[in-house]
Amino acid sequence: MNYHFNFAPILDQWPVLLSGLGLGLLLALVSIAIGSVLGLVVAFASRAPSPWLRSLAFTWISILRNLPILVIVLFLFFGMPQLGLSLDKITSFIVALSLYASAYMAEVFRGGLLSVPKGLTEAGQAIGLTSFRIKRYIVLPIMFRNALPAFGNNFISLFKDTSLAATIAVPELTFYARKINSETFRVIEVWLVASLLYIVCCYAITLVLRAMEKRLVLEKN
Amino acid sequence: MEWDYFLNEVVANRDALLHGAAITFAVSLIAILAGTVLGIVIGIAVTYGGKPLRWPARLYIDIIRGTPVLVLVLATFYVSSAVGLNLNAFQAGALALTLFCASHVSEILRGALQSLSRGQIEAGRAIGLTFGGIFRYILFPQALRYALPTWITAAVEMVKASTLLSVIGVAELLLTTQQIISNNFLNMQFYLLAGVIYFLIDFAIEQVGRFIGRRLDQPTRRAV
Amino acid sequence: MTPIVEVRDLHKRFGELEVLKGIDFTVAEGEVVSIIGASGSGKTTLLRCLNLLEEFHQGDVLIGGEAIGYHLRRGQRVRIGEREVARQRAMTGMVFQAFNLFPHMSALDNVTLGLTKVRGMPRPQAIELADHWLDRVGMLERRDHRPSQLSGGQQQRVAIARAIAMSPKVMLFDEATSALDPERVGEVLETIRSLAQEGMTMVLVTHEMRFARDVSDKVVFMEDGRIAEQGPPQRLFLNPDSPRLQAFLKTSSF
Repeated sequence: MNYHFNFAPILDQWPVLLSGLGLGLLLALVSIAIGSVLGLVVAFASRAPSPWLRSLAFTWISILRNLPILVIVLFLFFGMPQLGLSLDKITSFIVALSLYASAYMAEVFRGGLLSVPKGLTEAGQAIGLTSFRIKRYIVLPIMFRNALPAFGNNFISLFKDTSLAATIAVPELTFYARKINSETFRVIEVWLVASLLYIVCCYAITLVLRAMEKRLVLEKN
Repeated sequence: MEWDYFLNEVVANRDALLHGAAITFAVSLIAILAGTVLGIVIGIAVTYGGKPLRWPARLYIDIIRGTPVLVLVLATFYVSSAVGLNLNAFQAGALALTLFCASHVSEILRGALQSLSRGQIEAGRAIGLTFGGIFRYILFPQALRYALPTWITAAVEMVKASTLLSVIGVAELLLTTQQIISNNFLNMQFYLLAGVIYFLIDFAIEQVGRFIGRRLDQPTRRAV
Repeated sequence: MTPIVEVRDLHKRFGELEVLKGIDFTVAEGEVVSIIGASGSGKTTLLRCLNLLEEFHQGDVLIGGEAIGYHLRRGQRVRIGEREVARQRAMTGMVFQAFNLFPHMSALDNVTLGLTKVRGMPRPQAIELADHWLDRVGMLERRDHRPSQLSGGQQQRVAIARAIAMSPKVMLFDEATSALDPERVGEVLETIRSLAQEGMTMVLVTHEMRFARDVSDKVVFMEDGRIAEQGPPQRLFLNPDSPRLQAFLKTSSF
């Protein structure tokens, strides 16, 4: 192989690449926040007494989990204006990723709810707590702690999915990597640097989450 | 009117759509099969291998899983030509998805193997089996049982990830849809149609997975 | 004097299966009542009816003279509203077989939760009261530990403090020592015994026959959803009337 590495053209673009990475993280954070709120509602709906609500929740989860995220992104950005709903590309992408995240977070929270033993609800009832207070002080805090590892995995997945925003020209890391790729032809270098940035970022997120888990996740005894 | 126009367009483009779906199907299948074989090898290496095997396997998994699939697809496509591997878009895309699938499968297998007790390996040794024999007759059949439902979920992920090949110009279902849209501007309708087709494929795979999962569960349930 | 607990003709079904077939018994103030019987005889279900963790289909349960769980509306039995149920539950204190401490809270917070949220006590006062009861069960120095950092016996003692701090009219113990390691049973029984000696009204479902004999004022033997025999422990354990109780006592270890 006769390839001369030259990282200079890429390193020149360092601030741009970092801003792209930052935007990706921001998109992931906003989407998982919205997705979690939606997901929590869907998770409770999936265990509601009303069978109508339950099947609505399962349909929601099933549809969004079985659609490619790229199709959702393109549908919202290019398709919705036809129905009179034009969103700018960043908002449109956040809506797409939040919807996608809501299905996965609903599953996470559903698992978290199931992991709260019935005996704890009964213990709450026995000291005279109402069902709202049992949810607020017992079920939700335990559910969130139990859900934390799965939440972390989902956050990392969503962060990686922000690369798809490049397809609708949102200036995040992958968008810049493609741009530099076509402008400089430093093909290997640019993709090496882009992947490394993603890997390092994912690893850093993992470390932060592990530290959080150590403090918050309840050991079984 | 617009509805009729849409239906006419679907009929007019049915061959293109079918062809796109066939490409989606083919590339997903290649990725799943090749990725599974590679993933089993890496999964064994990372679970039971000595340091010289375990380390590269771990590194492989962490690198692939830390990289967005789209970046993997783009990198494979551009880098392969830069280093003189003359892969066309389909081949590069299939390779990227295979690498992605392999990292998934190896993690699934590792999870399944690690859930088996070490006592079984010792019991196997005690009756004089080699590691190969222990793996083949004791560990693998059990791991398969654990891993199969998750493996089928991974197949859904591959079909979903195959949409990313549209970005490098593989005329799978999504790119075909985009090409049709560029002629008739029916964005909403055709993206919706693509969504429905993907949903049906993935939903079908998911149901098969559920069915197999239930079947595999039954003997254990009866035993209790 | 009104009994603390009065159960009249209590019936309970799980679907087709009738698990309580007409139970009558009373617990006077300061009395300690042990319910014994084989598993499946309905003793845990009976106990859970006393604080409405189970619904019942016929009959009345009165705590401190107040009928709990249901009222009559145009001749129909209607389950009362959730807030009322919660208030009535707080009249009894329950100790569970599996402790059921809230795992995300310290021992202290397990005790103060009900005091602040149900009794509406200001936090400093709740802490003072919780400390008193944690001290009483010998857990004061571990008040800041999480349940996972405590042994089973210690967890159960915190659970007892959590229940009794609410100043219930009666304490209910559902096989409180069955999930414990054998060497931990003694400390919990000792705690229960000392509360009994202070005059706390108690109903215990238990497999500890020696304990039931030594601590109870009254023993209730259940069989197949009915009370087969009840009376002072000396009589039941030494001169059981029914052949079934004789057989049950023979198979139980003391």
